[in-house]
Amino acid sequence: MFSYPTVRASFIFLAIALVGLAFADIAITSANPWKDLGRFFLGVVTPDFFSSEGVAVALLRTVAFAFVGVALGGLCGFILSLVYRNPVVQVFCAFIRAIHELFWALIFLQFFGFHPLTGVLAIAIPYSGIFAKVYSEILDETDPTPGRLLPPGTGVISSFLYTRIPACWVQLRTYTAYRLECGLRSSAILGFVGLPTLGFFLESAFSQGHYSEAGGMLILFYVLIATMPLWVKPKLLPVYILGAPFFLGEGLPIVWGNVTRFFTEDIVPSPLRNGEGLTGLVPWLNDLMLNEALPGIWNTLVLTQIALVATGILALLAFPLISAHFGGPVRRTGGHIFLVIARSTPEYILAYILLQLWGPSMLPAIVALALHNGGIIGHLIGRQSSAIRLRPDATTGINRYTYELVPRVYRSFLAFLFYRWEIIMRETAILGILGIYTLGFYVDSAIQNIQFDRAMVLIVITALLNIGVDILGRFIRKKLALQTMPTC
Amino acid sequence: MSGFDLTGLSASFGGERVIGPLSLSVKDGERVGLVGRSGAGKSTLISLIHQQVGRASSLVPQDLGLVNALPVFHNVFMGQLDAHSTWYNTLTLIRPFSRDASAVRTLLKELSMREKIWVPTASLSGGQRQRVAIARALFRQSSLLLADEPVSALDGPMAHLVMDLLSKRFNTSVIALHDVELALKYCTRIVGIQDGQIALDESSGRLNPADITPLY
Repeated sequence: MFSYPTVRASFIFLAIALVGLAFADIAITSANPWKDLGRFFLGVVTPDFFSSEGVAVALLRTVAFAFVGVALGGLCGFILSLVYRNPVVQVFCAFIRAIHELFWALIFLQFFGFHPLTGVLAIAIPYSGIFAKVYSEILDETDPTPGRLLPPGTGVISSFLYTRIPACWVQLRTYTAYRLECGLRSSAILGFVGLPTLGFFLESAFSQGHYSEAGGMLILFYVLIATMPLWVKPKLLPVYILGAPFFLGEGLPIVWGNVTRFFTEDIVPSPLRNGEGLTGLVPWLNDLMLNEALPGIWNTLVLTQIALVATGILALLAFPLISAHFGGPVRRTGGHIFLVIARSTPEYILAYILLQLWGPSMLPAIVALALHNGGIIGHLIGRQSSAIRLRPDATTGINRYTYELVPRVYRSFLAFLFYRWEIIMRETAILGILGIYTLGFYVDSAIQNIQFDRAMVLIVITALLNIGVDILGRFIRKKLALQTMPTC
Repeated sequence: MSGFDLTGLSASFGGERVIGPLSLSVKDGERVGLVGRSGAGKSTLISLIHQQVGRASSLVPQDLGLVNALPVFHNVFMGQLDAHSTWYNTLTLIRPFSRDASAVRTLLKELSMREKIWVPTASLSGGQRQRVAIARALFRQSSLLLADEPVSALDGPMAHLVMDLLSKRFNTSVIALHDVELALKYCTRIVGIQDGQIALDESSGRLNPADITPLY
């Protein structure tokens, strides 16, 4: 079995994760973890939908920020996708998408303050980078023949509109709709840094121990995402996109002096700002690297590798729950509900909840990342396995799982897993804001201490780390000849 | 002038020469039928000619090159995209002008598929798709036609109707055909291709089907 490169790769990653586990800080530190968890689940089954009028406003703002951010990101991403061949554009897009929405929000908060623009740009900027890449891939896959047959002298725009766009319109639309769902999740977690979306209300309900209120909000959020096909209709889209900017809330006015100060003073490394020149810069960078960047990078890598393998294991265990080759309709419905909840809940919210219940350590982060990403991959693989036609006398039970299904879906399973590697790392870094010592922790502390110069260097390091993992993931997928469509 | 005079035509795939080097000269008003076994290099020759004369010709490739997501009308209208401004083309994409719609409808009527004008191309049968590609070439209104098996998916009477239309509308043409009788009936000159070389080049009036058989 070890002669298969895919199996060898899997075991190498498993070994790395096990070594990482030896170094990882894994513990349940809260006094009464199971009692708290029980109270939380009691809250979810006794949801309170009418606790405050704030919840309705929070949902409205969540939807509004998602629409404006994704629409703007889609527009900019589409324009960028037309010039994506340019290597400068590619590097630029890779960089802006390597920085998580929450990091962008933290940056904009420093100079735009609690203005709606902060939330809109925090979604629009990284999404532009992602849209640019995926749109250009979709456009490149269209059949070039019709374009070659056009009469010479046909304008570039006419030729693009007639031969490229119609040929991939369905893919563009599907991907954009899918991204809108991701945008709703991004918008919800922006509340955790103080924007008026769902996360803000969820955090305040949790910190006061109002579990029924928190449960009610989560259920409403699931309903919002699950009913998207019903309320997001092509004909209504212009109404939503034009109307959404009016529902972002007032926020606080932008103080333009802060914007100038941020760029000309705050983010300039302090030794340069204080006129110490390059001689002061070296010890400053040294200190930053040794005490913040390196521990942050180490913890981010350890947590990412463990979470990646945990995601894989969970996905492999979960896909039979919805596969048509196992169980009856009851089990499949249950499986669907479990996977919908797992993949609709942003990792950040899952990690936040588990952290409240179990206390700070890497464990809540690992479980949160594995549940969310494992839910997504499990859903995709489960659906794919249902399309497999087994011979009528195929074995049943565990033999069917190990002999018939896993070997058939394993390659696409690995493709999805390596595709999500970079996404898991981006999330791992951001979970530091919750108090786990990954890069996000050091970024957040630097911002709390009003050391934006340090924060910016750490954010750039995080982005470079993500770009590195993205390149490595693509290299491995190419080496193992794995192909996949993008997931978010 | 729609004739051409090309020399040194050759093409290789994976280091192996599939056609040429050969020369082909077609005079204004000639209708050339390219015949030969499949794989002899007819398609390659057609695309070589198209690369050389490009600007002046209408091409019907074997794989048709239709935009499946667009209706028949727009696929046909594409033949004249160069004749209009970008805004005109863009508006037509959203809502066609009645002038163009009636021109395309007339053309489709001649190909007896008038009622299909607003149907998405993806939902058409093979023969109908082939006629859409032909309509696009006709709509282009150039004087030179380069076509690769343009009637392969059409039944007898329809194949004759289309061949008749093509010979009336184009002053000069080079058409690859595997049907020898069609070639003899609608072409003025037959060029036989064998192993990438011209093995036969004769006016069709002086040929009968038996003369062509050795090529197959």
